[in-house]
Amino acid sequence: MRESASVPVVEASGDWVADQLAVPAVWQALQRSLPGVQRQGAAQWDLRNIARLDHTGAQYLWSLWGERLPDALELLPDQQALLDRVAKFSTPVPPPTGGGWQGVYFRLGQTVLDLGDHGRAALRLLGQLALDMGRLLRHPARAPWRDISGHLYRIGATALPITALVGFLIGVVLAYLMSQQLRQFGADIFIVNILGIALVRELGPVLAAILIAGRSGSAITAQIGVMRVTEELDAMRVMGIARGFRLVLPRVIAMAVAMPLLSVWTTMAALLGGMLAADLAMGLSPAYFFAALPKTVAISNLGLAVAKSAAFGVLIALIACHYGLRVKPNTQSLGQGTTASVVTSITAVILVDALFAVLFKGIGV
Amino acid sequence: MSAQCVVQIDGLRSEFRSSGGAPTVIHDNLNLQVERGEMLSIVGGSGSGKTVLLRQILGLETPASGQVQVLGRPAAELGGPGAASRVGMLFQHGALFSSFTVLENIAFPLRELGNLPAKLVRDVALLRLQMVGLEAHHAHKMPSDLSGGMVKRVALARALVMDPPLLLLDEPTAGLDPDSADGFCTLLQSLHRELDLTVVMVTHDLDTIFELSTRVAVVADKRIIVHAPPAEVVALDHPFVQDFFRGGRGQRAQALLQPPPHAV
Repeated sequence: MRESASVPVVEASGDWVADQLAVPAVWQALQRSLPGVQRQGAAQWDLRNIARLDHTGAQYLWSLWGERLPDALELLPDQQALLDRVAKFSTPVPPPTGGGWQGVYFRLGQTVLDLGDHGRAALRLLGQLALDMGRLLRHPARAPWRDISGHLYRIGATALPITALVGFLIGVVLAYLMSQQLRQFGADIFIVNILGIALVRELGPVLAAILIAGRSGSAITAQIGVMRVTEELDAMRVMGIARGFRLVLPRVIAMAVAMPLLSVWTTMAALLGGMLAADLAMGLSPAYFFAALPKTVAISNLGLAVAKSAAFGVLIALIACHYGLRVKPNTQSLGQGTTASVVTSITAVILVDALFAVLFKGIGV
Repeated sequence: MSAQCVVQIDGLRSEFRSSGGAPTVIHDNLNLQVERGEMLSIVGGSGSGKTVLLRQILGLETPASGQVQVLGRPAAELGGPGAASRVGMLFQHGALFSSFTVLENIAFPLRELGNLPAKLVRDVALLRLQMVGLEAHHAHKMPSDLSGGMVKRVALARALVMDPPLLLLDEPTAGLDPDSADGFCTLLQSLHRELDLTVVMVTHDLDTIFELSTRVAVVADKRIIVHAPPAEVVALDHPFVQDFFRGGRGQRAQALLQPPPHAV
């Protein structure tokens, strides 16, 4: 692409199309030739040697000419049509709406309203769940048992390997770290107390809950969110199928059953890891470990852990369903909903865990 | 192949491998030449592989055997950089990026070139928006705030933003009310005339076929059974063609054929 500024006519040639203009060398060469062209003032232009001209090229020329045709212009009929179109449709870009102080004010208001909306929706979800539970108890034969067992398998059974692996490794790490500290005081045998209380009462349930929040909570939100995008939720509503009963209830029940089991399973894997590490690091035999564990850790700890896990499960399922149902039919909203679901449920799990620790501080320790 | 040939398909065979079974053959030894300036409608029954044919031209599917050439190059090369300057595609549901505004959607292919000044990109995108009959104040809306017809128009503007010589349309008027469909047809026609486009579209809509197309290709029995101007296709003695064009709906639509609106 060249512009030979042979006085007084500006002669343009070459390919004036978008992907040529976007080549850095071509663009720079064009910019360098511009001052010479502009010195000509309202010059005469000759476009007849241009091999290809597209709308990007035409728009560029139009802007260069100050949004009007130059005083003298030689061009081909095709180019005339193109420039006519640009002249007809070229308008300044309208300013984006919603900026400035007013925008900040409106966004703040929207945030507050959104929070209120979240609260109302969560309350409604909880109330609907209670009603659906009542319905389930009145007519157990008509409950969605098939859905429940399916979710139980997906949430519970398929999570067994990953929870076992993570639990086992945490047990090993904890036992190694503790063994070094305890050896300094000659208090090796207290490793059983520490591992027992920490794993059974706290780490097992919390670890399992965090893993499941990331694994199944996100899946539930994405699944329900996609149903919104594909209008399946609307289809259910139109057919009069209660989505609380068919979507939320099975997931909550499956989560409430699977979570305690997974928590006990994770605890067992962690204790196994801790036991092996204690044997290797301190020579504490598994036989002693087994004998000492029931004496040092009261059984009420296990009961507390199971109850806590069931609460975590219900919480994760409800939060995941809440965000899933709030997804709007676009891709961005789906991603935001899933992220918010996981972050909220992990935070909620830790908050509720702290609450349990305060409420039941007299039990089992 | 001749220089006038925009799409050239030779001996195309497409098949789908379903899990644990013999592959389903969609096309077998299919041949098609689309010449420059044509406005071709691809017609066929549901499941006859019209959309797959379109995806083959776009290079989104790989042929089991045979060749698909677009503008003298294999279709498989289309996905690379600069694809938007060769082929524009209007997907059935628009496929607008839902996290971008209308203007950003249209400007996206230009901006991806990487080196054009932002003002020029915005100006060209706005020009395109107005060329498809939408007003400038829609520029900052999100796709979710648009009606179905507007989504199609914005998608068309995006498909055309790099001035590709070939435009592919999948069911351009599906889901539009008769008024919007008419408007959209008129728009396509004027763009075709003004921009010297070659258009290939898949459609079921008989009105669109008779109103717009210079030629019709019928897909049946896994190949193109006829590729000719609409009047000749209608006269063909083939069960599918007879059913499709001579059924109740077909007869009504053919009233539009008198006299042939766009004889080549």
